[in-house]
Amino acid sequence: MADVFPPDTVRCDACPVLCYIKRGHAGACDRYANIEGQLVRVDPHVLLDRAKSQGTPLVPFLEREGDWDGKIMKGQETFVTAIGAGTTYPDYKPAPFIVSSEVEGVDMVTVVTEGIFSYCGVKLKIDTDRHLGPERNLVRAQGEPVGHVTTAEYGSQMLSLGGVHHLTGGSKSEGRVTCETLLDLCNGKEVELTIDEGASVRVAAGKPPVVNGQREERMRVGCGSATIGMFAKQWYGKVDDVVVVDDHITGVLSEHQAGKLLGVRETGIAIQGRRSTPGRYFQVAEPGTGWGGTNISDPLTILKPFKAKFAWPHLRLLMVSTTGEQFAYYELDEELRPVEKELPDALKESVGRIRENCEPALTTVLFMGGAGGSLRAGVTENPVKLTDSVKRKLTRVTCGGAPAYIWPGGGITFMVDVTRMPENAFGYVPTPALVAPIEFTLKKDDYKVLGGHVDYVRPLGDVLKEKERQRQILSHAQNPWPLKPFVESSES
Amino acid sequence: MREPALIRMLPDGRRLHLHDGPIDLIIEADGDSRDVSAAYEAAARRFVSILDELCAELPLLRSRAGENFRRPQGAVAQLMFGAVEPYCEDCFITPMAAVAGAVAETILESMLGAASLERAYVNNGGDIAIHLADSCRYKIGMVERPDRPSLFGALEITAKDPVRGIATSGWRGRSFSLGIADAVTVLAGSASAADAAATVIANAVDLSDHPGITRIPARVISPDSDLGNLRVTRGVGPLSDSDVAAALDSGRRVAESLRARGLIHSSALRLQSRTRVVSHSLVHASIEFSQRSLLHA
Repeated sequence: MADVFPPDTVRCDACPVLCYIKRGHAGACDRYANIEGQLVRVDPHVLLDRAKSQGTPLVPFLEREGDWDGKIMKGQETFVTAIGAGTTYPDYKPAPFIVSSEVEGVDMVTVVTEGIFSYCGVKLKIDTDRHLGPERNLVRAQGEPVGHVTTAEYGSQMLSLGGVHHLTGGSKSEGRVTCETLLDLCNGKEVELTIDEGASVRVAAGKPPVVNGQREERMRVGCGSATIGMFAKQWYGKVDDVVVVDDHITGVLSEHQAGKLLGVRETGIAIQGRRSTPGRYFQVAEPGTGWGGTNISDPLTILKPFKAKFAWPHLRLLMVSTTGEQFAYYELDEELRPVEKELPDALKESVGRIRENCEPALTTVLFMGGAGGSLRAGVTENPVKLTDSVKRKLTRVTCGGAPAYIWPGGGITFMVDVTRMPENAFGYVPTPALVAPIEFTLKKDDYKVLGGHVDYVRPLGDVLKEKERQRQILSHAQNPWPLKPFVESSES
Repeated sequence: MREPALIRMLPDGRRLHLHDGPIDLIIEADGDSRDVSAAYEAAARRFVSILDELCAELPLLRSRAGENFRRPQGAVAQLMFGAVEPYCEDCFITPMAAVAGAVAETILESMLGAASLERAYVNNGGDIAIHLADSCRYKIGMVERPDRPSLFGALEITAKDPVRGIATSGWRGRSFSLGIADAVTVLAGSASAADAAATVIANAVDLSDHPGITRIPARVISPDSDLGNLRVTRGVGPLSDSDVAAALDSGRRVAESLRARGLIHSSALRLQSRTRVVSHSLVHASIEFSQRSLLHA
């Protein structure tokens, strides 16, 4: 019978069902799979197992060291995240896991729960200078409003998505689509968004944005004018004039304030486009994929002829784009016509520096949510004390082990970079609302003082014995270790 | 490399976990502690041979139930066949459609034969056999998508309800489906009956010739699938409201006919966040589908 199947089908003999498993598929149990023609035991699907066992503790761990051998488990090297831990909803009861561990001689407690957040959303920072749409305009996914364009930041366009009004204040499908959009963005998946009277973007956390089908590669170092300001000193004396070609503002060294201050001699250079202030030009060309986001391929097309009144033979001219990706060096001949020459070594460094100051263009996704009543009740019998403890930095808040920024003021409103959280850390409930992991770590003594559910504290070692349903993963390299001792001075 | 069956208590100290090959059971019994221990022991004893019994007749159990079908020998296999028999004239079905429910039911029977319990459940990957003594009840949450586990509804079953089995079927689950339902949950008199009915109703939640639905012959994915070359659902794109309504109504008609024939007690059909409920008016089991109250966690 085996002959009937392709050669890369394997027969699993882990149980008497003896499944034939095709390449890339799993057997009836979902535990054994055919990976590249080999029978391999695969981890149970984290979420599936959780559903199946109706909230059986399934705890991914964040592990500090990569060389864990599975035998010796040092408490401070394992951190129980809330991912898959379950929630306290709808009962006001202790959090699913309250774990104690000893860290450098101090007894610590981590309260681990998954929060259900209907007050939540994401802030998207999209590194691009392209106009995505007017501020305040609606951002849509699958045609449903899911957020709006908010105040642009330097080199980046900002979107604010989600929030309680889109999740539960609009139509059913608006809520559903908003929830899906937030969930996908938080879990690192790509989402397509359209902005009213604006662009269509494809965005995913930590990936370059795609604007109207065009992928952004690098952020420019600054606009053309800013670039003049940044590099004027490095150019002074090595070149007579510099034009930084930019679709937004093209800068000219000899006219620019920075050049004037250095005493750069007037060259009488004349640029196409609309002059804004001295040395700053708008609309030198059409937007495009050429020099500095314009449609220019030959930079001389934006220059008008040099005049004998100002210019002189052998005048040295550098033209460069705001990313340093394009550059050209010219010297004027006796008739004041620019002749392209090899870039002198003295200028190479500055062009290289423009390039290296252009960071990769990314979309960043910050999840923002507020931890309210039932969640805090899972930590302590007196929820306001938790807020107070967090504000006083006696309690550390992490999301799947990633550090959370706590907003000043009332409540526990926090932001976290989703790329620093483990994969697929987020879930949802059809309320609709997002489910996000949240952990509170504090000293055991402090936990007692704030009215914690001390009777429910379990030693880390006990939790670790439940290995069957756990997944160990490495801690994100950039994250501070969630259990690292607290700074004593914060006690005041 | 045959792995031995896993028998263990879950860390909460209350629930028993039994695992063998593709069977994964979570069991909980309430009652006198001696009774609970006796019940768990009986469950484990019965469990260790169950997969081998089934596999001994696997080719037969994977074939279409119909006129010339040879009756299987094993006790579990007979439950499976009994559960699918009512459907075999009308549609393609094999006894495998009831395997999960039949296993759960068999284990629960063994527990009740060994001890007197207030209540107990045997959950076989969402297909659940339940026991309820006088005045006991169970609260059960329903999940629509295994990849996004979240409750879309809750129901309560009391001892008075004629419900002793719950099963859920849908194309996103571990088993193949011919339909497009995210989840069809069925309450019936036994777990095996619920399991077979959930399969049949989930298959009926469907749209023919819809371009947004991806179907692939079962064999292409799983060479020894009992569904052979029948095309199983592997993807469902976003559907219009009217398409969702049409597919759910098609499933509801089947569910209503099964209820009229006394094969099921009630059913909840779920597709792209819309729900249809087919419920017996005379019983206590209630299915709540109202939007859950907002939780500002």
